[in-house]
Order: sequence, then C-alpha cells, then structure tokens
Amino acid sequence: MSPQKRVKNVKAQNRISQGSNSFQTTLSAWKVKQGPSNSKNISKHGQNNPVGDYEHADDQAEDALQMAVEYFEKGPVKTSQNKDKTLEKHLKTVENVAWKNGLASEEIDVLLNIALSGKFGNAVNTRILKCMIPATVISQDSVVKAVSWLCVDKCSGSTKVLFYRWLVAMFDFIDRKEQINLLYGFFFASLQDDALCPYVCHLLYLLTKKENVKPFRVRKLLDLQAKMGMQPHLQALLSLYKFFAPALISVSLPVRKKIYFKNSENLWKMALLAVKQRNQGPSPEPLKLMLGPANVRPLKRKWNSLSIIPVLNSSSYTKECRKKEMSLSDCLNRSGSFPLEQLKSFPQLLQNIHCLELPSQMGSVLNNSLLLHYINCVRDEPVLLRFYYWLSQTLQEECIWYKVNNYEHGKEFTNFLDTIIRAECFLQEGFYSCEAFLYKSLPLWDGLCCRSQFLQLVSWIPFSSFSEVKPLLFDHLAQLFFTSTIYFKCSVLQSLKELLQNWLLWLSMDIHMKPVTNSPLETTLGGSMNSVSKLIHYVGWLSTTAMRLESNSTFLLHFILDFYEKVCDIYINYNLPLVVLFPPGIFYSALLSLDTSILNQLCFIMHRYRKNLTAAKKNELVQKTKSEFNFSSKTYQEFNHYLTSMVGCLWTSKPFGKGIYIDPEILEKTGVTEYKNSLNVIHHPSFLSYAVSFLLQESPEERTVNVSSIQGKKWSWYLDYLFSQGLQGLKLFIRSSVHHSSVPRAEGINYNNQY
Amino acid sequence: MDSYDVPESTPSASSRPEDYFVGATPLQKRLESIRKQTSFIPTPPRRKVPQCSQLQEDVDPQKVAFLLHKQWTLYSLTPLYKFSYSNLKEYSRLLNAFIVAEKQKGLAVEVGEDFNIKVIFSTLLGMKGTQRDPEAFLVQILSKSQLPSENREGKVLWTGWFCCIFGDSLLETVSEDFTCLPLFLANGAESNTAIIGTWFQKTFDCYFSPLTINAFNLSWMAAMWTACKVDHYVATTEFLWSVPCSPQSLDISYAIHPEDAKALWDSIHKTPGEVTQEEVDLFMDCLYSHFHRHFKIHLSATRLVRVSTSVASAHTDGKIKDSVS
Repeated sequence: MSPQKRVKNVKAQNRISQGSNSFQTTLSAWKVKQGPSNSKNISKHGQNNPVGDYEHADDQAEDALQMAVEYFEKGPVKTSQNKDKTLEKHLKTVENVAWKNGLASEEIDVLLNIALSGKFGNAVNTRILKCMIPATVISQDSVVKAVSWLCVDKCSGSTKVLFYRWLVAMFDFIDRKEQINLLYGFFFASLQDDALCPYVCHLLYLLTKKENVKPFRVRKLLDLQAKMGMQPHLQALLSLYKFFAPALISVSLPVRKKIYFKNSENLWKMALLAVKQRNQGPSPEPLKLMLGPANVRPLKRKWNSLSIIPVLNSSSYTKECRKKEMSLSDCLNRSGSFPLEQLKSFPQLLQNIHCLELPSQMGSVLNNSLLLHYINCVRDEPVLLRFYYWLSQTLQEECIWYKVNNYEHGKEFTNFLDTIIRAECFLQEGFYSCEAFLYKSLPLWDGLCCRSQFLQLVSWIPFSSFSEVKPLLFDHLAQLFFTSTIYFKCSVLQSLKELLQNWLLWLSMDIHMKPVTNSPLETTLGGSMNSVSKLIHYVGWLSTTAMRLESNSTFLLHFILDFYEKVCDIYINYNLPLVVLFPPGIFYSALLSLDTSILNQLCFIMHRYRKNLTAAKKNELVQKTKSEFNFSSKTYQEFNHYLTSMVGCLWTSKPFGKGIYIDPEILEKTGVTEYKNSLNVIHHPSFLSYAVSFLLQESPEERTVNVSSIQGKKWSWYLDYLFSQGLQGLKLFIRSSVHHSSVPRAEGINYNNQY
Repeated sequence: MDSYDVPESTPSASSRPEDYFVGATPLQKRLESIRKQTSFIPTPPRRKVPQCSQLQEDVDPQKVAFLLHKQWTLYSLTPLYKFSYSNLKEYSRLLNAFIVAEKQKGLAVEVGEDFNIKVIFSTLLGMKGTQRDPEAFLVQILSKSQLPSENREGKVLWTGWFCCIFGDSLLETVSEDFTCLPLFLANGAESNTAIIGTWFQKTFDCYFSPLTINAFNLSWMAAMWTACKVDHYVATTEFLWSVPCSPQSLDISYAIHPEDAKALWDSIHKTPGEVTQEEVDLFMDCLYSHFHRHFKIHLSATRLVRVSTSVASAHTDGKIKDSVS
C-alpha cells in the first residue's frame, strides 16, 4: 500500500470512530501503527483491546459471533435507538474472531454477501471486507456469489477495489477455481474500469490459463496499453500472454526489474501467515522469524527453507523438463500423472497409486500420512534410500548438542524429533537413519536434552543383534542410567519395555510369515531369541542395580514389574519360544514390598509365567521330538523355586524353609518369635491393613482385633474380601498355584517328575 | 501433520504385505555397514600418501589453476539422485532459470533469453582419487556483460564444484540411481550458494550441510602440508589457537619459518609415503612444548582453529584455500 493510501485509510477509520467510546480510539491507534513493522502490529492488536476477545471464553466468543452474523444477515433495524452501538458491537466481535482464529467458510459466505450487497454503509462494508480472513479455506461458491453482486452495482467503487484486493490476497485459500475461471470474461471486461484495472490485472495474472489467451483479448490489452501507457500491471499480464502464446504477441516487451504488482495483500499479511500456519499445522518456526529480511535467520544452513522438513512438491517439473522435446509451458499444463499437491484422501491414494508423482524431496513425506502409507508399501529401494540419506544428514546437522552454545533451536529440533516419532508409531517401524543417529549421538548426550524424544527413538530401534548394538548404545545408556535421577531410570525402563514389545512384534510376524532363514541380521530363530533374551537380561541387570541405588523404591519397582509383565507372556502372546524369569533381586524385592499393588502385580506375573511354562511343556509333550527350543530344566527349577518361596510365605506360613533359605539359628538371633506366619496373606506388611479392615467390617464394635483369628472358614471369606478389593493378580495366583485342601501346598510345575 | 491412526499392535491381525519385514534388502545391508563404521575408530592410525593419483594423469591444468588461490567453503553432500553427466547442458538452463526466478521473487517472471547471467556446468576431468570415483564437476555463474557471440566469458560471480576423492567406503553403499560426490566446495556470495544449493536439493533430492574441520584433522593437515616440498616458500607456517573466554575469545597465533617446520617434520617422519598418528601427535607436541618453554602456556589445552602453510590453509569452520599446485 502506498503511504498516501494508508493515510486515507486511517482517516476513514477515524471517521467511523467519531463519537464513539474510547475503545474505538484504541482501534484507530492500532490501525495507525499498522505499517512497516508487522510484528508490532500483532502485539498491539492484542494489547490494545481492553474488552477484546481475551476475556471471553471460547464458546462465548462463538455465540457472540453467531449473533453478530445473524444480525448482519437480518440487516440494520431501522427503529432501534442504539443502532450504532449494536452494530459496532457486532462488527467488533466479527473482527476479533476473524483476526484471532479466522472465520468458517459459511460465515465468510454470509458476510461477503452482506458487504457487497450494500445493505450497510460503505464504512461498514469496508470493515467487513477487511476481516474476511478464513480459518482454513474459502469456498469457491462464495466468491462466485460475491462477484455476481458486482454486476448489480450495489456497492461503491472503493468497495469493489477492496474486494479485488482481497480476492488477490486470498487467492490461494479458495478451495477450487474452475468456476472462478469461468468468470474470466467478466473479470477481463472489468479492466475497462481505471480504478479497478491494476487489481483486476493481478487477479487475471493469477487466473490465466493457456486456453484463456485469445486473440481478441490480446488486442484489447494492447489497446488498453496504447490508451494508458506502459503500465506495469498491463505489461505483466501481456508477458504472461506472450509466454502462453508467443505467436499472438509480436510487440517486444522490455525486461523490467520493476515490481509488476503493488503488494496488494499488504492489508492481510499477518492474517495470511496465520492462515497458512493453520493449514499446514504448527510450524516449528516461531512467527517472528518469518517477518521480513531483517529477521532472516543468520544460520547459513537455513538457506531457503523455513522448516527442517522440506515442503511437499512433486518432482514432475524437473523430470519432464529434462525431456528436451517438451517446452516449459507444456510442462505446466501437463496431464496424466497425479500431482501430489492434490492428494487429499486415502481413496484418492488408492486410485492413483500407479501414477503418483513422487515428491522431489523425499523428506517431505514425514509431514504427510498418506505418503507415509505409500512409502510403507513401495518396494522401490531408491525411494527408501533417498529418505534415509536425507533423514540421516538432517538429524546429524540439526542435533543441538553437537553445537557449542547453540541451544536456541532446541524447540525446533524437539518438534522435528516428535514428527519423526509420530511417523514411526504410524508405520509401527523404526527408521534406520534414527538408529544410526542414536549410535553417533548417544555417547555425547547429556541425558536431559530432548529426553522424552530421545528415549522414544531408542524404543524404535529396529530388531538387531543385541551383542552388536550393546557397545554402540546400551553401554552408553547404562552409564547415564546409573548416574541419573529415579525419573530418568523409570523413563529408560519404560522405553526399553516398548523396545522389547516392538522387537517381539517384529519377530512374531517374521517367524509366522516366512521361514526364518533369510531374516536380515540373525540367521536363525535361535539367534533371534538369543538376542531378545540378552536384552531382557540386560534390563534385569539394570533393574537389580537400580533397586539398590534407589533403596528399593516402590515407584521404580512398578516400572520394573511392568517390563516383566511383557516378559512373562512372550510364549503365549507372541508365540515365541522364550521364557526368561526375573532375577532374584527383583523377585524378592517385590515379594517383601510394603506396597500391596506391587505384590499383586508380582502374583499376576507369577501366574502368567506359570501359564506360559505349562503351555510350553504341553507343546513339548505333544511334539515328542526334542526341538532346539525346549527350555532347560533350569528355567522350570528356577520358577518352582520362586513359587515355593511365594507359597511358603503367603500361604503355608512356612517361609525360609524351601525357597528362601535362612538358617534357623540366624532367625533365632533376630529375636522375632512368630516369624513363621509373619509373611502370610494376613500378616504380610502389605496385607495387614486389609486384614484389620476385614475384621472391622465383620464386627465393627470390636475394640481389639486379633488378626490371627482369621482361620478356617474366615480364611476363605477373607480371601474373597481381598479379591473384592481389586487384587485380581492375587486371585489368579492363588486359584492357579494353590491346592485347596486341608493342607495347603504349592503346586509346582513338574519337571522330570521331580518335586 | 495429519492425525495418525496407530495400527493395533496385536500380531495376529496383520494386513501387511507379506514380505515386508523379511529379507535382507540392500538398505539393511547398508545399515550393517553403518553399525560397523560407527564402531570403528573414525580415523585410521596411519594414512598412505598417494604417490600418483588420477589427478596427475588426465587433469586439465587450466581448470585446476582456476581452482587454486581461492577460498572455498566446504559442505558435505548426500548422494545425488538421478544425476546424469549427459544432461549438464540442460541443468545449466534449468539452474539459470531458477536463479533468475529466485532473484526476482515477488516479481512476475519473464521467461525467455533475457538473463544477464550465465550458468555453466562442466566436468573436472581427473579430479578423483581412484578410477571408481565419479567424475567431479564444476558449476560457474558468469555475468553476461559481453556479447554472447564473443568467446570471452564474463566475470565469474560464483563457482562451486562437487567431487569424490578416494570415496571407496562410501561408494560401496551407494546404488546405481545415485551419484556420490560427498564434497562440495563453493566460492562466491553466500546468497548464491544458498540459491544453488536449494536448486540441487530440490532437483536431486540431496542435502547440503556445512562441513567443519575439527582440531584433530587440522593437525593432520598441518603435518602433511608441512611435509610438502616447495621450491620457494611464500608464506610462513601459521597456527591459530582459540581460548574460549568471555567477553571475547582469545586467539593465539603461532608462526614458524616454513623451513624450520619442515626440518622438525623431517626429524620426526620415518617411513616415506606413509604418515602415522604418532608422528602427527609428536609433531604437534614438539610445537606445544616449544611454545610452553617460552610463554608458559599449554597450547594443548586450547583449541586449534586454523592452520596455514605455504601449500594451503584451512579453518575449522570449513574454509580452505590452496596456494600451490
């Protein structure tokens, strides 16, 4: 906008605000400031609206907007006394919503009609037009309807000008353009109007297709040029025509470096950025960085792109232009293959999958879930390689802890990692680039920066030989693990649990799809199982040490047992021949825990171990032949040992005999006389409170409770009480592992008729 | 980004293509080699000095002369996808149009012959280490001040070249659709490098990133350049160390007569045609102890940021300059 015009605008604005409240003046103050610095503009907008949108809750604002739109739709009420005030209020509402969130296409449809129908005065029309900012898109029909109003000549010249400027500015947000293009002749005729001519030229420049270029139009343009002189906007349109149809225009057009069109979207610059952001999803770039040359990023690496991930562009442009017989204009009007920019839905993808153009930069698929589907099933190795090269290099370059004192892009990097992780979850598959990145960067990681993202990347490491990965990754991770807080330890265990799950899923599919001989990294199933079991042992080692370091923290133990909930069910859930028990350090910590939920979880895990081992044993018996995956007797013995300890403690009140063995002499020295039943379901520290509540429930008047009275029938009522308190793990454990006979005893799994 | 529907994670309900997971694809093999590379020590403890590379055989002396005495900014580059040496002319035209378009951003683009710049792609024959290395190529941007009919070319505005020298380990993992030229050197305005880099990234789906030279490699360069025989020395051998401290970092410059440096190196260096890590370390240690004797400053505790010799100079931020062929 030229300076003179801006002044005029401000005046117009002042005129509207005459005689109105102070709120109005602040608005005009804001308008004055709208100008060279757009960054100020936005903040002023927010601050100078004392009764502005920020005080309203969102739904309130919505209602207000609804009322405002209805008001405008009905038209001004002639009789109303405070007509101006109501009008002002509603206008304000629309403006606030428009600048903050944009308007829905239906609202724009209604308001655009009103602005051009001349129901209200010129000043109101201007204000409405200025805030026609879409939330996402503008419907083509609204534009066509609006143009039809131009024909009936209800609005003033300045409104028309503003409408064309708006149309040019919002051109990219109109959902379709076919019908608008049908109005080409109408727009072209408007070139006659001297005031409209520059803006109509710009619109035509955006709208013109090859088939719109006709000899009579060329003649008309040349006539206009003869009449009005060398106008830059006319020249621009002419040069476009000449490009499409060089034969029709013989006059030579000077090469001009001058700007052809005045920057007519100036009014909406901030709004446009906001709409673009809304449409593209959150940009990793803070808004202020996009505001003009003064703020261009100092980093050389940024070059042209605003975000790390390249914008989606189909590559056909360069590919087809390489064929020399095709001219550039043919390229632009090409048909046949399906351009990525139009790919919006899954059915579209399915229909066009054979003729889809690949993006020119493969990295752009990260932001497009449809294309992620595509690369998930494409067999073309170059596609994967292009993505791999790009991602590896980008991770390497963006990684913030490689750079000294350069944490300002931390947010950007975090967002980037989040995007990658989302894509990995979506594909249920890790990227090799990320794995390579982890190998390189983990030794340098401080354990703080992007922690959650980094650990999630760990859980997506593709299945591989554990011994190969250990020195590259897990040794470094262990160092950080032991030296960091309990929360870090828990997060690591959590992500290792997810890693285990991902590996198990991968393997369970791998095995059942094909013979395992050509699995990539481990040649045999045995090798794969070995790798998984090493991972589990590694976590067992981490956990045992961590329990000591954190003095048997219940919180930590929960995370550890969560891991073993996955481990104990491998045989049944994933159909993989592997059962690994937990280390004693974990088992006994859980058994002697003061927390009922831990004990309950332990019972559940023991129950599942039992199910898995029995299932495995059954299969062995069915198959008869010794396969290489028969579990060693050691696993069964170990399990039986745990089971005996548990039943001895909780049920038979015979601890420390079998299972945990403690020399009776030592026990005597402790001075505890009644140690035998002190760990059963009644006296165990984590159950004692249940026993007391149970007794109190039975006889609330009782002053003294004697928990030892829970015997015989009461014992089974007590158990029912425990089960009703949500201790499902305990229930399953007792139902499966304890014989209900007069003499309770543990029921171990027979192995070779021992026990 | 669109919202994802995370597929259910039960293994039985799978709709995946059957052979998706299995089979060792070249990509997976490539990863294996990455795992091995990562576990390797990054730099071999000894390097052979090639006596006669391809370079000396079929190189165009004019072009090489053109590359000397210029300061180059280094970038590393991922393999170029679908790059073809037979299309260099076409690339010149496209890049030309792209540059013009970029420079006139916001203006209507005039498509035609009216550019005042000219882009030339050409190969740099012989600029490679082994026969397997792909041919290097040069991109120049000239201003077209003279008439095009005249053979005299205009002023060179910007130069960049892509090369691969002894890229054996990289070439192993690159398939035929890609051209592996991992090193890109640019001389000229940063804004031009940005435009041209962007074009390459869009056209060949590659990725440029600034290449820095760490102190470790700088000391290798210092040692190897010192070893070069030069008829007459034009410059002193100079090292620059940086001491990080606020508000301004402190730089320590250390200049030695090139002949002294050469004498020191000769006394250290043993096997001709081969340089070992120990020799390089010893060379630097000698310099350190000499400096310490005079100034009581332990240079080993600071960071080497620049090395310049009569042969060439290099800065840690990835700028190098060759002085003598």
